[in-house]
Amino acid sequence: MVTKARASKGKGRKKEAAGEKRKAQARKKSPETKAQERPRIGVFVCHCGTNIAGVVDVKEVARYAGEKASDVVYATDSKYMCSEPGQKEIIDAIKEHKLNRIVVAACSPRMHEPTFRRAAQAAGINPYYVDMANIREHCSWVHIQEKEAATEKAKDLVRMSVARARLLEPQEKIKVPVRKSTLVIGGGIAGIQAALDLADMGYKVYLVEKQPTIGGKMAQLDKTFPTMDCAACILTPKMVDASRHENIELITYAEVKNITGYVGNFTVTVTKKPRYVIEDLCTGCMDCAEACPVEVPNEFDQGLGSRKAIYVPFPQAVPLIYTLDEDTCIGCGACKNVCTIEAIDFNQQPQEVTLEVGTIIIATGYQIFDATRKPEYGYGKYENVINGLEFERLINASGPTGGKLLRPSDGKEPRSIAFIQCVGSRDENTNLWCSRVCCMYAIKNARLYKEKHPETEIYIFYIDIRAFGKGYEEFYKIAQEEYGIKFFKGRPSVIYEDPSTARLILNVEDTMLGRKIEVEVDLVVLSVGMEPGQDTETIGKMLGVSRGADGFFLEAHPKLRPVDTLVEGVYLAGTAQGPKDIPDTVAQASGAAARASILMAKGEVEIDPVIAYSEKELCIGCRICERICPASAISMEDRKAVVNEAMCIGCGLCAGGCPTGAMKLRHFKDEQILAQIHAALAED
Amino acid sequence: MAFEPKIIAFLCNWCAYAGADLAGTSRMQYPPSTRTIRIMCTGRMSPVFILKAFAEGADGVLVAGCHPGDCHYVSGNYGAEKRVKLVSDLLPELGLEKERLMLRWISASEGELFSKTVKEFTEQVRKLGPSPLRKK
Ligand SMILES: Cc1cc2nc3c(=O)[nH]c(=O)nc-3n(C[C@H](O)[C@H](O)[C@H](O)COP(=O)(O)OP(=O)(O)OC[C@H]3O[C@@H](n4cnc5c(N)ncnc54)[C@H](O)[C@@H]3O)c2cc1C
Ligand code: FES
Repeated sequence: MVTKARASKGKGRKKEAAGEKRKAQARKKSPETKAQERPRIGVFVCHCGTNIAGVVDVKEVARYAGEKASDVVYATDSKYMCSEPGQKEIIDAIKEHKLNRIVVAACSPRMHEPTFRRAAQAAGINPYYVDMANIREHCSWVHIQEKEAATEKAKDLVRMSVARARLLEPQEKIKVPVRKSTLVIGGGIAGIQAALDLADMGYKVYLVEKQPTIGGKMAQLDKTFPTMDCAACILTPKMVDASRHENIELITYAEVKNITGYVGNFTVTVTKKPRYVIEDLCTGCMDCAEACPVEVPNEFDQGLGSRKAIYVPFPQAVPLIYTLDEDTCIGCGACKNVCTIEAIDFNQQPQEVTLEVGTIIIATGYQIFDATRKPEYGYGKYENVINGLEFERLINASGPTGGKLLRPSDGKEPRSIAFIQCVGSRDENTNLWCSRVCCMYAIKNARLYKEKHPETEIYIFYIDIRAFGKGYEEFYKIAQEEYGIKFFKGRPSVIYEDPSTARLILNVEDTMLGRKIEVEVDLVVLSVGMEPGQDTETIGKMLGVSRGADGFFLEAHPKLRPVDTLVEGVYLAGTAQGPKDIPDTVAQASGAAARASILMAKGEVEIDPVIAYSEKELCIGCRICERICPASAISMEDRKAVVNEAMCIGCGLCAGGCPTGAMKLRHFKDEQILAQIHAALAED
Repeated sequence: MAFEPKIIAFLCNWCAYAGADLAGTSRMQYPPSTRTIRIMCTGRMSPVFILKAFAEGADGVLVAGCHPGDCHYVSGNYGAEKRVKLVSDLLPELGLEKERLMLRWISASEGELFSKTVKEFTEQVRKLGPSPLRKK
């Protein structure tokens, strides 16, 4: 489990040290925190342009706060509270009116609480003497037609906030050191790019990949749109760079099993699966694979080609080390007999590696939509219906057919091909999202085939062509105008096979011309979309990173923090966050690396002081808190509960469960919450 | 005018509160019945908070947090579930209907579910009428 602040069991000493530090800081009271003065509260109501003021009568709210809420000595409204002049207004008012607490009625505290805390600090009051009333996201934006009721609600929210502010206590932020090392989970192009960037900046990177090789899906592709570079030609040099970089430790055929800790200080347990080949000895000579009598479908070729039980997925694999697949090995020993350097070790065991890192980048990628979920297209039933990734393997010179596209049913080259778009995308029965690459990869593949076989009839059936990237529309136009590829706007309802010829018959309504057409082709290629990678849920739970409604990892903010997650120190790169092509994947990966480097360059991070403590006089030693604490941060001393501050994660479970109120969570104390409840329902 | 219930909504910072923010950003309209209290985790919920809200005259109490398994602090929401259940069983003794208390799991990406939840719960409470403990 990863926690928002400092965390769990096992690394006692370091945490004790952090705890001591915090206590020392707390003891040394800064001059700005004269806690027990009589509250002098300032209320600042934001218009947010017309975002709030267009619905809520902000002047009335400010007037109300100034006249009705007790301890409010100053109340005002302003156009943009978060702007430079807005903040200055707050700072000046704090000084002029000797305010010691402020309430800002504006947007969500998840947006601007840090801004106003900084303003408070700049004016010389403790940043935790700030409270926000969310009158935008929770009020003006959701009650657009109910101006009066929204204004009444805003008043209530401000009153609640004032009640809470009155009881706030000063807190000191805790600084913890950040380790200058990163864990990158997933070695596709996203993970490789992020790892290289960070390594070049001088940070240690552990790149953990589940498969025997890095490279991800990009390694499986033939050419890449829109420039038609060969995927391997541009990818494999990066793979080699990653493996040779002095700051990158590649850990392949391995999985992240557990992560504990907190920003700057994560402890990661990785399990390396046994390869049954000693990595340091293997030279990748291939003798073992030649001797191996077992042939099984090769996953790298989408099962269209075969590999041995001891194998590398493809010749340019990195690292170039053979892997014995224990599920298919028959234990004959042929490989061991021919391996003259004795690199084969049947007794290898899974190996656990522990890594200590400061930041984490998730780059676990995507998986393609399983087309058997659209049975009307006959994938898995008709031999000549294949998916886009299989097509990539079949036209690839290093693929199972040496780059010759052969019909699965008879090994002949197809003379007519139909591409069907949006299979498993933009579809109410499967996935609602657009997968962003399928239009372009279908056009790419149609063009590639047409270049070699101009006589082939190629049809693309689409809902809309989405050619949004740089150079994409031009790429599409050429396909239409110069290649003679036929585009039909319409989604085939069903595909039939003519059993005598294994050819396929498609019925489509051409929605542009409003007529039904029937097409017969040799091969159908389904442009399958992208889905969240298999491990998204497991990794998400391990790190406490949320997933969106689509199942992909959720960014902290869709516009302003697209590579951060809500867990500090954890970032997203590539298709793990949502469908993307390679240019976007690489850009985001570099973005994630840059974000992670900020923390590491600073070398320390401030964490929230929202943690629990116990009031000994009230504790009856019932041990409920000790039992329910998810961070094992509570122990008993002289039959009284004691919180290990360095281990506490600040969830407040103990405070909620304590029968006597002895357990308290800083900044969310019972009396503060009870005051909010009271103020919500009563005016005084 | 129809009776407008007052509902105290306890939302965890990481999921339900963020979901409510998203409902706002997406301009999903819902009745102005809720008064939100942000807590870091639903695990912070104490039975006392719910009872206090009813004692002060709230017509309904909504507690919303992360889906099971998604709690930012691992298991806070399981604790909340137990406590809400505890209070729920007690409500009839106080002359209150169990339907005045609702627990829901709403993720940060479920703005629509948040707005739907408030609509439904408001309707449910409106049907029950004002809380008998409501101060005039
Ligand atoms: C048919 C097809 C054709 C395409 N053609 C093009 C094109 O021409 N041009 C273009 O720009 N884009 C194209 N794309 C899109 C392109 O494939 C992606 O943009 C790119 O591969 C995304 O890279 P990634 O690193 O995010 O994910 P991936 O390539 O999926 O890499 C993720 C890596 O993480 C590893 N991993 C997963 N889970 C774990 C775990 N738990 N622990 C450790 N490792 C893990 C995986 O094994 C994998 O190696 C195409 C896509 C398809 C389906
Ligand atoms: S953080 Fe949402 S329920 Fe615990």
